[in-house]
Amino acid sequence: MNSPDDFGFEDDAALLKRTARRLLETRASTDALHRLVAGRVDATRECLWDQALWAELVALGWTAIAVPESADGFGMGLPAICGLIEEVGRAALPSPLVATLCATYVLRACDSPAAEALLRRVAEGAAVSLAGTDARGSWEHEDTDVTATSSGGAGSNGQVTLDGVACYVQDAQKAEVFLVKARAPAGVGLYVVDARAPGVTVHPDAILDLTRDQARVELRGVTLPADASVAAAPPDGPRALRAAEPAMLAILAADMVGAAEWQLQTTAEYARTRVQFDRPLGFFQAVKHPLVDMMMKIDEARSLVYDAACSFEHEPAHAELRARMAKSSASDAAAYCSSRSVQLHGGIGFTWECFVHLYFKRQKHNEVLLGDGAYQRAKLADALIGPIGGTRACA
Amino acid sequence: MDGNTHLLEASADAGESPEQAAFRARCRAWLATNIPAKPAFALPLGPIEISSAQQLEHLRAWQRAAYEAGLVGCDYPEAYGGGGRRSCQRVANEELQAAGAPFFPNIVGLGMAGPTIFHHGTEAQKRRYLPPLLSAAEIWCQGFSEPGAGSDLAGVQTFARRDGARWIISGHKVWTSLAQFADWMILLCRTSREHKYAGLSYFIIPIASAIGRGVTVRPLIKMTGGTGFNEVLIDELVVDDDMRLGEVGQGWAVAMTTLLHERGAGTLATPSAGGGIGGDEEDALGASGLPALARASVRAGRPAADDPVMRDKIVQLLIRERALQQTRRRAQHPALCDHPQRLPLQHKLLISELLQDAARVACELGGMASTLHRADPNAPAGGRWPLAYMNSYGFTIAAGTSEVQRNILGERVLGLAKSK
Repeated sequence: MNSPDDFGFEDDAALLKRTARRLLETRASTDALHRLVAGRVDATRECLWDQALWAELVALGWTAIAVPESADGFGMGLPAICGLIEEVGRAALPSPLVATLCATYVLRACDSPAAEALLRRVAEGAAVSLAGTDARGSWEHEDTDVTATSSGGAGSNGQVTLDGVACYVQDAQKAEVFLVKARAPAGVGLYVVDARAPGVTVHPDAILDLTRDQARVELRGVTLPADASVAAAPPDGPRALRAAEPAMLAILAADMVGAAEWQLQTTAEYARTRVQFDRPLGFFQAVKHPLVDMMMKIDEARSLVYDAACSFEHEPAHAELRARMAKSSASDAAAYCSSRSVQLHGGIGFTWECFVHLYFKRQKHNEVLLGDGAYQRAKLADALIGPIGGTRACA
Repeated sequence: MDGNTHLLEASADAGESPEQAAFRARCRAWLATNIPAKPAFALPLGPIEISSAQQLEHLRAWQRAAYEAGLVGCDYPEAYGGGGRRSCQRVANEELQAAGAPFFPNIVGLGMAGPTIFHHGTEAQKRRYLPPLLSAAEIWCQGFSEPGAGSDLAGVQTFARRDGARWIISGHKVWTSLAQFADWMILLCRTSREHKYAGLSYFIIPIASAIGRGVTVRPLIKMTGGTGFNEVLIDELVVDDDMRLGEVGQGWAVAMTTLLHERGAGTLATPSAGGGIGGDEEDALGASGLPALARASVRAGRPAADDPVMRDKIVQLLIRERALQQTRRRAQHPALCDHPQRLPLQHKLLISELLQDAARVACELGGMASTLHRADPNAPAGGRWPLAYMNSYGFTIAAGTSEVQRNILGERVLGLAKSK
């Protein structure tokens, strides 16, 4: 009952969303995106993005929106952030914004001078990416292939040395700072590592999605002063990650909802104009009905995104549940919209020259980040039905 | 539409007005002590399942009591028997729902005939028909579908022939819920054979008082074996011209108002939803009962709740149920909606398909026991899941099939070419 009717999506949030849409429509049109990232036909390791535009977005405060006012940010709520990210998804914008906002929520849950200092840098425009996935592709909060070793005693003289490899790091070539998950004898902690620190090597993956980059981040004897680098002291890392997870899931789901809306509108426009058998494609119910199903799946996911975002701010006890519902719904909507956007465009939809593959690939990438629909539902089932084997134990 | 429309629009405000807050408290206080005790006889699953006069009279008394307490027709002007409030019906509906109150029997009246008469009726028609409609003193039914006109509703052939100041009507209506109890019918018929749409007109016709004088009501048996809907044969029924609703030839526009409200997309918050399922069926028929059902069911020698496939199916439905609520919430906030009709027009599809899929999964969980008819004493939960599954097709077919709903969404919201 203490959750506001309007999801806490207030006038400032609506203004931010409108402004973002207008700006991205002119400065990051699909046409420009295609020229930028699909100019060459190649499975590229290159990092293709508009850095001048990014500087403008930073100047507008887009990295500062989720940073608390106490760290010189705008401290806007998650519903407003999801509104902005819907527009970023709609533009399929290559940028480190999603990674940085996800890391921002982890830092907010850390409560340490190092985390506070990094939040201030984020507010000024530093791009941060979470380096927390192991070689098997597991991002579970206790899993990491990086070790942290302390030396030089406790206090301000202490140092920490990181060794190992973090895999599948999002927008790693765009990030200035990594928030590295590492295992110490006391448990798992989170560490602030400058991307240019000695011993850090970024090995870009060759990926399908042309609208982002991804890399393995290798850390070899990366030695840092403990007071400046320990964002979450072991064993507190998993707690901070768990606290931030609902926000991260909602942000990813918002990106997918925005991208899916582009897929819907673009495919509907094609169905309104392309003529076969003397009629626009949309006349045929075999085309019309899947388009409506795309819309309904998007609307389901969008409602759940704002539900999750609102819960994160007002009903934290339900935030994880609702965020997993949002990510499940958004992943399935993205999968369906991607499939139909290519299929309903027919032959042209299968070509490199058509724009739909850019979104298809971004969506397939988004789908697996932090777990696809079935993954979320397995976690939800434990909460909503009870753990497997639990029924007999109770009986 | 007339100048009073604003009186009846559901509020889009996030906050509650002082009037609404005071009214909510009043509703809550009244409901705390006035919900009728469960009768000795079984109550139906919903208003269109009412099958006996005993059931009808019990529910009619409940609607009348709620009407007299001001919970029904709150936003209609006082001159038409309403409460003269602003945006309060939604509040009453929420409180009725929360209190688990029984549903109201005059569903066609409240949900369809009432809004249509309010928007298109003459002053005299509004004063005559609306007060007894709200109190359930008079029961309404709807005469739209015909054997030859289902999804293609404008193909109706029932014909009204002008005879001076009177009309003489003949035709055949089908799938008519509540006709066996109805005093009045809202009727879509043809006044010209020359134009498909412009040849349609809309009437109010008597049913109970005209049985044997031009009207015959015959029950149709549903696939469940149950009754509840009917066919209505109209043979040279004579009605006065003041029974016409809207202009001659404007029947299609009037019918659109009816359908908008029937599909939950109207601007008029109707109390037709009433409250809980009622009677012997207190558990919701949606997805929320499925986890408990899964824990109680066995599959491959283990609790069905341990089967990963069943778990996934159940959680998918729970997500859809949550989304349905949240989409309703989002529809109130234009800043989070791209097109004003985009969410309201999905409502009927979402709810009917969710109920159907939930009932299907419940039957899967039931396993062998899902083969049992509710007449069998061993049927779990009174055999209601197989029954609910079959009945769910009523919702995906009635009031515009799911296929027609998708056409409407594709055409009105996405601007696709009309499939006709």
